[in-house]
Amino acid sequence: MAAITMKKIVKRYGDGFPAVNEVSLDVRDGEFMILVGPSGCGKSTLLRMIVGLEDITSGEMVIGDRVVNRVAPRERNLSMVFQNYALYPHLTVFENIAFPLRLAKTPDAEVKRRVNETAELLELTEHLERKPANLSGGQRQRVAMGRAIVRQADAFLFDEPLSNLDAKLRGQMRTEISRLQRRLGVTTVYVTHDQTEAMTLGDRVAVLRKGVLQQVGSPRELYEQPVNLFVAGFIGSPSMNFLPASVDGTTLETPLGRFEVRDERKAAALEGREVVLVGIRPEHFEDASLVSEEKKAHGSVVAAHVDVTEWLGNELYAYVPYEAPDDLAAQLRELSRELDGDQLRTQAVVALDASSPITPGRDAELWIDTSRIHIFDPSTGDNLTRDEEHVAELGRLGEEHREAKRDAQRHAERPAPEASTSEASTSEASAPEAPTEP
Amino acid sequence: MESARSKWLWIVASLLILVWTVFPILWIVMLSFKQPGEIGNQKGFLPHHWTWDNYRTVFKTDLFTSALINSIGISVIATFVGVVFATLVAYAIARLEFPGKKLILSFALAIAMFPVVSLVGPLFNLWRDIGLYDTWLGLIIPYISFALPLAIWTLSAFFREIPWEMEQAAQVDGATAWQAFRKVIVPLAAPGVFTAAILTFFFCWNDFVFGISLTSSDNARPVPAALAFFTGASQFEQPTTAICAAAVVVTVPVVVIVLAFQRRIVAGLTSGAVKG
Repeated sequence: MAAITMKKIVKRYGDGFPAVNEVSLDVRDGEFMILVGPSGCGKSTLLRMIVGLEDITSGEMVIGDRVVNRVAPRERNLSMVFQNYALYPHLTVFENIAFPLRLAKTPDAEVKRRVNETAELLELTEHLERKPANLSGGQRQRVAMGRAIVRQADAFLFDEPLSNLDAKLRGQMRTEISRLQRRLGVTTVYVTHDQTEAMTLGDRVAVLRKGVLQQVGSPRELYEQPVNLFVAGFIGSPSMNFLPASVDGTTLETPLGRFEVRDERKAAALEGREVVLVGIRPEHFEDASLVSEEKKAHGSVVAAHVDVTEWLGNELYAYVPYEAPDDLAAQLRELSRELDGDQLRTQAVVALDASSPITPGRDAELWIDTSRIHIFDPSTGDNLTRDEEHVAELGRLGEEHREAKRDAQRHAERPAPEASTSEASTSEASAPEAPTEP
Repeated sequence: MESARSKWLWIVASLLILVWTVFPILWIVMLSFKQPGEIGNQKGFLPHHWTWDNYRTVFKTDLFTSALINSIGISVIATFVGVVFATLVAYAIARLEFPGKKLILSFALAIAMFPVVSLVGPLFNLWRDIGLYDTWLGLIIPYISFALPLAIWTLSAFFREIPWEMEQAAQVDGATAWQAFRKVIVPLAAPGVFTAAILTFFFCWNDFVFGISLTSSDNARPVPAALAFFTGASQFEQPTTAICAAAVVVTVPVVVIVLAFQRRIVAGLTSGAVKG
């Protein structure tokens, strides 16, 4: 086990394009770190630099207390799960898992014991003599994990390990990976573009954009206190709404209507500015008719034209198109494209209570929780209302959560036999292991 | 095959080609079972009196048995050395970036295009001067150099098919580049290696030009060349039937090899490597 420290890591390709630019990141010992970002943001490249499959142009990569810039992958003692699993098709599952041990010239009895233990942990025991070609996607994934955890690696690296599985299996494997990581307590770096994976798995999440590190923090911190437009837009689904607003004292004039900023700190951020972008998460809207008078008082009510609604049972999404000044509209479109979306029109997505009687095509009264809004500088994209005190508090909270989760996992390990049998039966029942066709 | 009619067309066409190619072989087989005196005297495709005499004659002749040993030895050695070389070269071409890569490939292609006959004269003189004339090595060297290009092209295509991640995974698992190559890449490229080996073996086995010009005795003369010197059981008869028997004998190993390795060549060993 080891901490991984990256100091101003740069990766420049032949054409001079920096795929990763001056990334400094500290992965603590035993921590589960997620690298997330839209495609092409350099997250996989960064991971491959950690493991040594990509050269580092400049900067320093430290694993444990060793600078590994010039160390071959096999001497870094890391293990990696590849996106396409990269199993050895000519070897049985047993030999696939045993491969790293065989290379290390581990004695046969030891190999047997460790592989069997690993297989048991991953419920692969009955498949040990099969070839990877005859396994289902989920089973192959588990073999790849087995190969990674069979030896005492200093850290685990995952490169989008779940992206080839179907949604249901992905959910199961997600909890499986989380459980495994806490149990083994090994430093883990996990690359994904999936938000759910990022939010649920990580102790901390690092958001990358075009090779530049945007923000590192607990999932909660990223969600509640994003540093800029990009992080705010990337984390959360549906995305945060960004409304252009002209400032008039402490009043904001947005395409959805006027509202007052009452919070002193937020009002201070408006000082001396003419135009800002207001970020409001979909869930901070509500159908005004369902909001109590008392609650209404600490927000604002605006009238909006609802274009389309989507009723999902537990909530209702309403789409509110609005007009934005051309330059800002172009900027928002650019942002949306960068976030792997392609929003054609400027519209706000609001999540309302499912009992809301709002009808598409009519005007509706929407209540906005103005205490939860973010204000962004339209030119730099910086969040002007980030609350450092709150960030520190969230950091502490995240740390506590991490400790608690690990302790819980350790305690759960004690009565091991029961725990593993109950898991076996649940996953057996819910995972029909039919071989998946390509 | 979208309709029954086109299916029939395919069947008819394949049958025609089959007959076209199989007929000469069958003819040789039939001739090899006829009595020497039957040719030119009695008509008919099938032998009137089936006989194994020709085969007996063939194996009793020193000329043939020594040629058979030469052929097997030379072909096997040339194939083995050639394929080992080709595997290394093809791997480098498929996986590594180095200056002159294009040059090597086009050079290999140029050699493959080179007319073999034009080299026979110079080689004959050179081999005589340096003492390689009429030796196994004297045949193995040209065989390897002419079989290499094809083997390199075949193998590098196979190597390119193997996902990069296989090797990277092996490296992360603690393998050196050589271990990754030997334990992961070569087994995965096995169908390619077999294909290349078989092609090389056929090239060496079937060669006539080098075999007849660079040898002069039983020392190194391979079967195709030896057939030309065949006299049969008695000098008063045409040795046609015996030559045919010898031809059948040298064809058999080729057929056996193809049948034996056909499945290995066809089998897609890489399936299941990646997500599938």
